[in-house]
Amino acid sequence: MPRPPFIAISLLSACVLAYEVLLTRLFSIVLWHHFAYMIISAAMLGYGASGTLLTLLKEKIAPHFGLVYVLAAAALAVLMPAAFLLAQQVPFNPLELLWDKTQPAKLLVVYLLMMLPFFCGGLGIGLVFSHFGKQASRIYSCDILGAGAGSLGVIGVLFVVPPQQVLSALTALALLAAAIAVVELKVRPRHGAAKPTGAGVAASHLLPQTADFVGNVSKVRPRHGAAEPTGAGVAASHLLPQTADFVGNVSKVQPKWLMELFVGLAVLAAVALPGIQVHSSAYKDLSQAMNIAGARVVEERSSPLGQITVVENSRVPLRHAPGMSLNATSEPPPQLGVYIDGDGPSALTRFDGSLEPLGYLDQLTSALPYHVLASQEPAHRELKGRHVLVLGAGPGSDVLQALYHRSAAIDAVELDRNVTGLVQQRFRDFAGNLYGQPGVHVYAAEARGFVNSSDARYDLIQVALLDSFGTASAGLYGLSENYLYTVEAVQAYLNRLAPGGMLAVTRWLTLPPRDALKLFATAVSALEQNGVSNPAARLVMIRGWKTVTLLVKNGDFTANEIASFKKFSRARSFDLAWYPGMSADDANRYNILAQPYFFEGAVALLSPQRQDFIDRYKFDIEPATDDRPHFFRFFKWKAAAEIFSLREQGGMSLFDWSYPLLVATLVQAIAASVLLILAPLALSRCRRTLPGAPVALYFLAIGFAFMFMEIAFIQKFVLFLSHPLYAVAVVLCAFLMFASAGSWLAGHWQDGRWQAANKVSFAVIAMGVLALFYLATLPALFQMLIHLPDAAKIIISIALIAPLAMCMGVPFPSGMMRLAGADEEAIPWAWAINGFASVVGAVLATLLAIHLGFAAVILLAVLIYAVACVALRGFA
Amino acid sequence: MKRHFALSAFLFFCFSFPSHGEGYGAARQRMVEEVLADADATASYSGISTLSPGVIAAMGKVERHRFVPAALAAVAYLNRPLPIGHGQTISQPFIVALMTDLMGLNKGDRVLEIGTGSGYQAAVLAEMARSVYSIEIIEPLGKEAGERLKSLGYHNVQTRVSDGYYGWPEAAPFDAIIVTAAASHVPPPLLKQLKPGGRMVIPLGTQFMTQFLMLVEKQQDGSVTNRQILPVRFVPLTGGH
Repeated sequence: MPRPPFIAISLLSACVLAYEVLLTRLFSIVLWHHFAYMIISAAMLGYGASGTLLTLLKEKIAPHFGLVYVLAAAALAVLMPAAFLLAQQVPFNPLELLWDKTQPAKLLVVYLLMMLPFFCGGLGIGLVFSHFGKQASRIYSCDILGAGAGSLGVIGVLFVVPPQQVLSALTALALLAAAIAVVELKVRPRHGAAKPTGAGVAASHLLPQTADFVGNVSKVRPRHGAAEPTGAGVAASHLLPQTADFVGNVSKVQPKWLMELFVGLAVLAAVALPGIQVHSSAYKDLSQAMNIAGARVVEERSSPLGQITVVENSRVPLRHAPGMSLNATSEPPPQLGVYIDGDGPSALTRFDGSLEPLGYLDQLTSALPYHVLASQEPAHRELKGRHVLVLGAGPGSDVLQALYHRSAAIDAVELDRNVTGLVQQRFRDFAGNLYGQPGVHVYAAEARGFVNSSDARYDLIQVALLDSFGTASAGLYGLSENYLYTVEAVQAYLNRLAPGGMLAVTRWLTLPPRDALKLFATAVSALEQNGVSNPAARLVMIRGWKTVTLLVKNGDFTANEIASFKKFSRARSFDLAWYPGMSADDANRYNILAQPYFFEGAVALLSPQRQDFIDRYKFDIEPATDDRPHFFRFFKWKAAAEIFSLREQGGMSLFDWSYPLLVATLVQAIAASVLLILAPLALSRCRRTLPGAPVALYFLAIGFAFMFMEIAFIQKFVLFLSHPLYAVAVVLCAFLMFASAGSWLAGHWQDGRWQAANKVSFAVIAMGVLALFYLATLPALFQMLIHLPDAAKIIISIALIAPLAMCMGVPFPSGMMRLAGADEEAIPWAWAINGFASVVGAVLATLLAIHLGFAAVILLAVLIYAVACVALRGFA
Repeated sequence: MKRHFALSAFLFFCFSFPSHGEGYGAARQRMVEEVLADADATASYSGISTLSPGVIAAMGKVERHRFVPAALAAVAYLNRPLPIGHGQTISQPFIVALMTDLMGLNKGDRVLEIGTGSGYQAAVLAEMARSVYSIEIIEPLGKEAGERLKSLGYHNVQTRVSDGYYGWPEAAPFDAIIVTAAASHVPPPLLKQLKPGGRMVIPLGTQFMTQFLMLVEKQQDGSVTNRQILPVRFVPLTGGH
């Protein structure tokens, strides 16, 4: 019995999945963080294209199976760093996407380069599946084990090793896989090869449901009384030659020296290969800071949450005081710039215990709540002291501001321990032991989780302004989920306020107003949903020349408070955007706009015509929710044509560039998958065997539906798992494991009463029920459990996804088995169509989630699965 | 036939881009016309009914192709920002014109620029003011720009590579200041160096995308007012009620 390269396949799978997760980190550093969907799409394209290649070149590849397999592993090793390094050489600049017509082509080159390693990985894995079809289920176990270990393991590794060094380690691991494959293939006894079973389960990683069919088809008893196919199935007979004696070919691989060569190279890569140089975009904040004479990096820390760089410049010191009043005469004390993945800076400010140098912090719009709180009577708050919660404390500016305003107790919440570690350890003296000051308590926690689990009542909850102005104003966050600014988040904050307490949120000012009005609308919705009958009485908003601060009070604002609000604003030339009872005369006095946009917007959002105003507004200012947490996405199709026409007439900044980037990625995903997956088949002899409409529809539908479900769940779990990278790794891993389990079950479910269509129908019904159940219960469940430690949340996430993923594992093998018995000629097409849908679906799901919300994408996926059920019944 | 087509295509490419002084002149003229049309379209929003003749003349005179990397000279007169290296850009000509006009310069004015970049804005200012003081924080850029301005005969421009936060005290006060370098706040020392009645212009946004312009005017009593100008003809609401 030939023995497949079990260890090698595990390692190869681990490499591929780890690489996929790693790329999301690397792209965060090089460009910006929301390229995950593009990487998933590129991975799918690589797998799909390798499947097509295996189908087309089966006769040529089969005699050289061993060699091709080892070479595929070696090529993966080389291409993982090489593709990334080459991609870095492509002068792709997202900021120029709408200025420079060559940028879309550069994006396409990056996309195709990123596809190459996945193509090699897919080729290697697919070869093994197709060659050792009889043992498909054992191979699949190793494959999935490796994939799961890779996707989760890389997260653990990233805690201790910077991403660029992880890339070197993965290169070594892939070379080791090649070396082990040489050994594993060599020791096999001479034996006639099993009849191969498929075109290669190339897409097994992201479409795990595809993989198990290989084993399953073997159990399909062909109609018309044909003998049960030998080896692993009917599909094999179509896809790969059956007579090749692979053993002789494997023996052509010179195992000893080749193995030693690969081991040597692996050791060399692990030891001598320096960490890959990661060149961030020249337009990222850190790159800009490092251009300045005197700048030097004084500290670097890395974790899956981000790469932290601390920059000191004694010649041209950082002076970070966002939107400081034009009337201010003071300037910030010496500061260090803290950059996360090259974005920022956040200021780590020198503090020697004296409050006087911190006077600049009183000249920011974010100082408003302290003045309003100070005006409150009676003095009970003065006696017990003000209790402040800072969400997103970062390196401490908002904590310093709270100290400056003599707050008695300050809870500072920061997700990344590396950031708080800077203040507590490395720069403890520089920061004046800020996080060890009396009354200051630091919590390494996710903001929503902390708020939900806390019993404390706060006089002030301050949501810090941590993102950079440049990044926000360029629309770079348009595709990213942000659960800090949703209706549900604001409700949670409000529930933690003491009577008379306030929530303060500061955002960068954008013109025409976007962030500020969306935030205002979100606060109005949250108040209404909390049962407040007159939200207008609980809101005040000011705008400076660069920032906007909104206060939401737990109670109506009093005359005293409004007087202090006006006094604060007047002294700093900040404009009043809204306070209860405000008239138009009070607006637009210091930072004069063509229209008092902010006041007019606030009035409209508090009026019964709110929805009409939101609909008529040319930017999306609909309140963000946990279902559509794209707070920074302001793009509206109805204004797109006008804004596009104005791009060279001064209107470029009106365009949220991340959105066109997403659309461009979708277009290129369609073009690339047609060219690399479908077209080769159409041009080959397979063109004579075009599948019928039901077959095409079925495999198209289940490809789209699977990706819709997977992408929507990744994005939905960002809230629960606190970070996009955790969500990608955990959700992918869970879908991998359990969809394959479902696939296995479907294959072994041999009850004669259950035809493929029935199995699929059952799975889809179960999926629909589960999806509805999750949509109804997940928000509450997340709220309840979000405070748990990461490990517990990961286990809960996997457990939640498991039943759904198992159901999703059923349709693909069922369809394939049905084809295997009825229309074998259509199998390559089924693969290809499914691959095409997966490539496109990864991007399309992101697009739909932005417009419709995660719930709608999940429901749509269920609906598409239902269509697939109907199509399956139409198979010939 | 194929060869003929290839030759035609080659010639078309050669002559569709300006490659000598005269060609650049025509391209510059087209750029100015485009800038004028944009300014006209934006008039009711920017408060500038039409660009002043001095700005138009300066834009028509300064050779933008000498301020961009050689590889981009062919597209120097497109109305778009262009990269100049070190993560910096040369601003869109329309924005340059608008900012210069907002400064309301007279021939005898003394102007401070923070963020020399390639020196293009300084050259435009030099056409309109008596003296221009320009500070660049990125050393290679500042040196190149200084040499370039000298070689082009802009002797009324003084450049310096240093921290722009404290301005140029020995040359202060200034009639106008333009701050093209990104800053989280307006440095108080710069406001101090602005004459009463003087104007300060600050573009806000990021590289390749100017979101809005700030025009800070210092009153005779030392107080400041600020206008925030959207450089585009755009009404954020559809329809009318």
